[in-house]
Amino acid sequence: MKAILLLEDGTVFDGSTRGASCEVFGEVVFNTSMIGYQETLTDPTNKGQIVAMTFPMIGNYGTNSEDVESDSFKVQGFVVREICDFPNNFRCEKSIDEYLCENNICVIEGIDTRALTRVLRDKGTMNGAILPADTDISKKLEEIKAYKIEKPAYEVTLKEKKVLSAENAVCKVAVWDFGCKNSVVSNLVKSGCDVTLYPAETTAEEILNGGFDGIMLSNGPGNPKDYNEIITEVKKVVTSGKPVFGIGLGHQLAALSMGADTEKLQYGHRGASQPVKEIKKDRTYITVQNHGYAVKADSVSSDVGVVSHVNINDNTVEGIEYKNYPVTTVQFYPDTEYEDNLYSRFVKVMTELKGEVR
Amino acid sequence: MPKYSFVKKVLVIGSGPIVIGQAAEFDYAGTQACRALKEEGLEVVLINSNPATIMTDSNIADHVYIEPLTTDTVKRIILKEKPDSVLPALGGQTGLNLAMELAEEGFFEEHNVKLLGTNVDSIKKAEDRQAFKDTMESIGQPCIASKVVETIEDALDFADEIGYPVIVRPAYTLGGTGGGIAYDKDELFEIGRNGLRLSRVTQILIEKCISGWKEIEFEVMRDSKDNAITICSMENIDPVGVHTGDSVVVAPALTLTNKEYQMLRNAALKIISALKIEGGCNCQFALNPNSFEYAVIEVNPRVSRSSALASKATGYPIAKVTSKIAIGYGLDEIVNAVTKSTYACFEPTIDYVVIKFPRFPFDKFVKASKKLGTQMKATGEIMSISNNFEAAVLKAVRSLEIGTEHAWLKSQKDLSDAEIIDKIFTQDYERMFSIFEGLRRNIITIEEIAEKTMIDIFFLKKFKNIIDMEVEIANNFCEEVYLKAKKMGFLDSVIEKLAGQSFTYHKDAVYKIVDTCAAEFKAQTPYYYSTFDEENESVRTDKKKILVLGSGPIRIGQGIEFDYCSVHCVWALREEGYETIIANNNPETVSTDFDTSDKLYFEPLTREDMSYLIKTEKPDGAIVQFGGQTAIKLTKDISELGVKILGTQPDDIDAAEDRERFDELLERLQIKRPKGRTVFTTEEAIKVANELEYPVLVRPSYVLGGQGMEIAYSDADVIEFMDIISGQIELKEHPILIDKYMLGKEIEVDAICDGKDILIPGIMEHLERAGVHSGDSISVYPARSISGRIKDTIIDYTEKLAKGLNVIGLVNIQFIVYQDEVYVIEVNPRSSRTVPYISKVTTVPMVDLATKVILGTPLKDLGYGTGLYKESEYVCVKVPVFSFEKLHGVDTTLGPEMKSTGEVLGVAKTFEEALYKGILAAGIKIKDSGKAFISVRDTDKQEVIEIAEMYAELGYDIYATGRTANVLNQNFVAASSVRRMNEESPNVYDMLSRNEFDVIINTPRKGREPQTDGFRIRRMAVEHSIPCFTSLDTARAVAKCMMEERDNKEFEVIDTTKL
Repeated sequence: MKAILLLEDGTVFDGSTRGASCEVFGEVVFNTSMIGYQETLTDPTNKGQIVAMTFPMIGNYGTNSEDVESDSFKVQGFVVREICDFPNNFRCEKSIDEYLCENNICVIEGIDTRALTRVLRDKGTMNGAILPADTDISKKLEEIKAYKIEKPAYEVTLKEKKVLSAENAVCKVAVWDFGCKNSVVSNLVKSGCDVTLYPAETTAEEILNGGFDGIMLSNGPGNPKDYNEIITEVKKVVTSGKPVFGIGLGHQLAALSMGADTEKLQYGHRGASQPVKEIKKDRTYITVQNHGYAVKADSVSSDVGVVSHVNINDNTVEGIEYKNYPVTTVQFYPDTEYEDNLYSRFVKVMTELKGEVR
Repeated sequence: MPKYSFVKKVLVIGSGPIVIGQAAEFDYAGTQACRALKEEGLEVVLINSNPATIMTDSNIADHVYIEPLTTDTVKRIILKEKPDSVLPALGGQTGLNLAMELAEEGFFEEHNVKLLGTNVDSIKKAEDRQAFKDTMESIGQPCIASKVVETIEDALDFADEIGYPVIVRPAYTLGGTGGGIAYDKDELFEIGRNGLRLSRVTQILIEKCISGWKEIEFEVMRDSKDNAITICSMENIDPVGVHTGDSVVVAPALTLTNKEYQMLRNAALKIISALKIEGGCNCQFALNPNSFEYAVIEVNPRVSRSSALASKATGYPIAKVTSKIAIGYGLDEIVNAVTKSTYACFEPTIDYVVIKFPRFPFDKFVKASKKLGTQMKATGEIMSISNNFEAAVLKAVRSLEIGTEHAWLKSQKDLSDAEIIDKIFTQDYERMFSIFEGLRRNIITIEEIAEKTMIDIFFLKKFKNIIDMEVEIANNFCEEVYLKAKKMGFLDSVIEKLAGQSFTYHKDAVYKIVDTCAAEFKAQTPYYYSTFDEENESVRTDKKKILVLGSGPIRIGQGIEFDYCSVHCVWALREEGYETIIANNNPETVSTDFDTSDKLYFEPLTREDMSYLIKTEKPDGAIVQFGGQTAIKLTKDISELGVKILGTQPDDIDAAEDRERFDELLERLQIKRPKGRTVFTTEEAIKVANELEYPVLVRPSYVLGGQGMEIAYSDADVIEFMDIISGQIELKEHPILIDKYMLGKEIEVDAICDGKDILIPGIMEHLERAGVHSGDSISVYPARSISGRIKDTIIDYTEKLAKGLNVIGLVNIQFIVYQDEVYVIEVNPRSSRTVPYISKVTTVPMVDLATKVILGTPLKDLGYGTGLYKESEYVCVKVPVFSFEKLHGVDTTLGPEMKSTGEVLGVAKTFEEALYKGILAAGIKIKDSGKAFISVRDTDKQEVIEIAEMYAELGYDIYATGRTANVLNQNFVAASSVRRMNEESPNVYDMLSRNEFDVIINTPRKGREPQTDGFRIRRMAVEHSIPCFTSLDTARAVAKCMMEERDNKEFEVIDTTKL
């Protein structure tokens, strides 16, 4: 049926939805990844967001039960130009339409996602809603503006701690789950870590007393400044002397805990081709990212640490190496595809320190 | 890292003549490279034998050598220019091979010349089959079971081991020359032997055939700091088994999951890092559609056709960045030229779909084998962009200019159901159209097609969507359906045809931007593609603006010369302060580079597509005379759409092409032409031919490159030609011309006219007598053998014709001098194939002047005078280059229909030396002595005596077939008699098979020959790389030249910027 995507500034995009009429609100963001829509839909970092894909053909290879970043859908709504009803892939189990429908995720199709992206780029990320076409727009605008998701990390984090073992593990790692992606955990496991996942509410004491070689601060959704109580706990971990590796929200929380500041980016970094330079090595990597906030560069005091990674497109902070503590955090999702990747470095730091202790 | 400090002067090696497998993409890459280097303040020396290129212009490099691409010449240029470094990665396989040979010889080291970009060892690792396999193994990248062999026996043994079918790939060849799939022993024997012969190092790879796997390509880029990125993924719709150059390709890859994509992307990055490539590189993979199994097919350690496509598909200038990397920069130091605010170290994100379709030459080579395989056959390609697959496909078929506005073809409609299905299953070059037709007739399902062809059903379903839409339009037409059809890329004219009714709905196209980043950043130098959305990103400016129509895909008869002209026109317009708009769809060219024009529209060149562009831009004028016949054909449409045609007016263009009107003009001007008439039917054609008396020339009007042009000697010939022509075009719309054929000397002139004065930069003379298409004949400037009186007549006629046709801008005229009289054969009121080379050798910037004249500046004020420009002290010989090796079943005989794909130029102080250089550059290897085989038609037997004598004098033993041998011996030229093919062994076939001959002179009896001895001899000559002359004029000139020049090993290399 005919539907609209309404932005809080009043911009309307015409499209259509399938099945029953839906009405969803959220922060509208665009994602430039050309593939990997299933991963995007299930990425906990997208909690509370209506995600628009800039690539126009979505669903080409269908969906399967393997390629997920968490056990459920995290997006509020999904905005695409064209849905493929005839997917083909040897692992394809369902079309994306069936998949979304079964999970009651509202998808609006037929949207000029490029035009939408241009609006978000120029005016910044804003709230919006997917609504039936006959909605009285003026009545909904207030509701859209008022929409705010409160501390979404608590909604996506684990309810209970969970243990995953690696074959021939060399380290034991605690992952503080603020909305951790499956792939982050599997990268740790692949790198030789036994992993214990802890819910966001866990205290620093519990984690520090768990006998771990290191702690990973996971990615997750929301404005980092909203999590004051977590930040207090994170500081204890960061200053504990244990190796700490933070990514995404975890990186922001660590920075805030150490006195740095964060800011909201105009439209965030969401996609698979963000160039990040590691300053020390003078090497640039193409990274996957999904964030709307960033650590302010001038807020990182030289007593605390140095900016180790920057985004070469807009010079935003992409990583911090802390002084006095074996703590490294990055804004992007690191991968394990090259030697000396950040996971293996984390493992190396853990094993080295372990040796010293012994 | 900043620029290397030792680099001050760089030698760039070009790719030489256009052949199948190595076309305009290297002019695009080379031009971008030279500009990128000059931008850095470096002195650039260029060598390229191809005069039709933009890169050989004096404003692209500081020193330009249009010289044969041989190690010898490169050495000489290095000794003369003393560059400190050489950049070979932009000159295709030709450039790379040359550099490798010189590096291996130690020449670079000896003369302190650094090889920029990827180093020699890395290139070897990528190019040498075994070294490549070993490297892949060492980094855990799977290859296909294969073995490099150097003898046919080893090939057969290995094939037995891994089982048939096997693929044969010769080492160090381009476009897969000499490769193929062998299904059994006999086929392997044939293909393998051929491949061994064509390989520079007599090596072929025998490989397990994995036909049917997905063929995925990645364009990758790496700098010396080991930063590596992928620019673009591409998926061949035709699975493994069809050469990627002949495949329909889509970008980005559309059927891969993130896991598959990342797996191949990471493989590509690992490969480029392991090989230590510095610059652009292409990695081809085969992916099993039913698992994660994959194999590396090939890596090209240089820019390629695919990188040109990837550049245009993403907006990422691969050649430019490759050049910057080669001189020391890191990817993170090079600014993204499209956004100007970000860096080259990023992976472009695409928010649209790109499709490439190949353009095949089978409209000309009707008798060639049209089955696709691992050897490339396409001469060119087009690219289309849209935000849905269906619209991109429909734009692509329109861009091909194969006489269709939609996913249907006239030739397919006449086929039976069984024939359609056969074409789908046999990899016919029109397979995609057969699939459409099969689905339209509902004689086959997409599942059946997928099973047999292994084309991913995802694509087939998209094809089916187009057919379903056709049905919906026919059955349930309404406004909603109309809008859906428009978004899917249907033209109004097609919808009207399908709906069977006219309608009042109309939706105009809007334009979206290609910006490398899916709108994440603002683009500064973007280009555009149409969609049927609401928002138009193309904002019209207030500047005076001119639309320049490009020339579409490269095909025989319409090559890069026209891109040269379009680009120069744009540059001249810019200089004059106009905003320039280009419409074109060829991804291989300079005209579609992102910064050539102010605005580039990647669109099919059809009336309707142009109408939308015109509505958006409302240009102040359009220039059509530089875009070849493609643009000329649109003159009337553009003019009817309300845009002023600048330069020669539509009515005058028509007057030149309309037979009756042209005859009236000649009558009025008192200029003679060979007698002839216009006909519409075969009956009329026969009648006219008999009135004129045979031989006659038969050709359709409004064509380029002599398409469908033949010399007919009998009624039977006329009937055959008319049949072929009527299969391709609508005779009612395009009548046929029948002319008396005169065996005279051909003279060609390009001139600029402003309505009052003309400027003739030079007069060219063809070496072969009339009857050989001007594009296929050796052309000499300045004309050598015409008298002052004839020259004056030609100048006089040129002026009269140009003025008589009210030409404003360029005009090309072809004359025949027959029995000391001048006849006009053709007047083309547009740019021509010869404009680039004449511009270069006479130093008259013809397109620049013509553009200024078009804008209203009188010729007199342009500083080059009027009348005939002073003759150059140099002689220039243009020699055509053919791609017969790649086109099985094509007769190599030269005739009025053009067959060459490219050209080279020889420049020297004397005719003989210029011709010698031309022959060398064209790759015609004439030995100092050996065996010459001569077999000519009866009418040539007297004339060939003298030529045979020349070859004998050169040191050749003469062999000839019976009667030719008799005539020679009777005239005291010793000739051994050779038996004909059908006679007992040893006969000519055996001798050819054993590669005994070193040169062949063979003239065909008449017209088109069926599978006769002559045809087979000529084909065998091609397959054995033996020079074969089918015109006595060529044979004579070459012999004479060899007699004079063969001891001239020290010819002078000439910097054409200093002429």
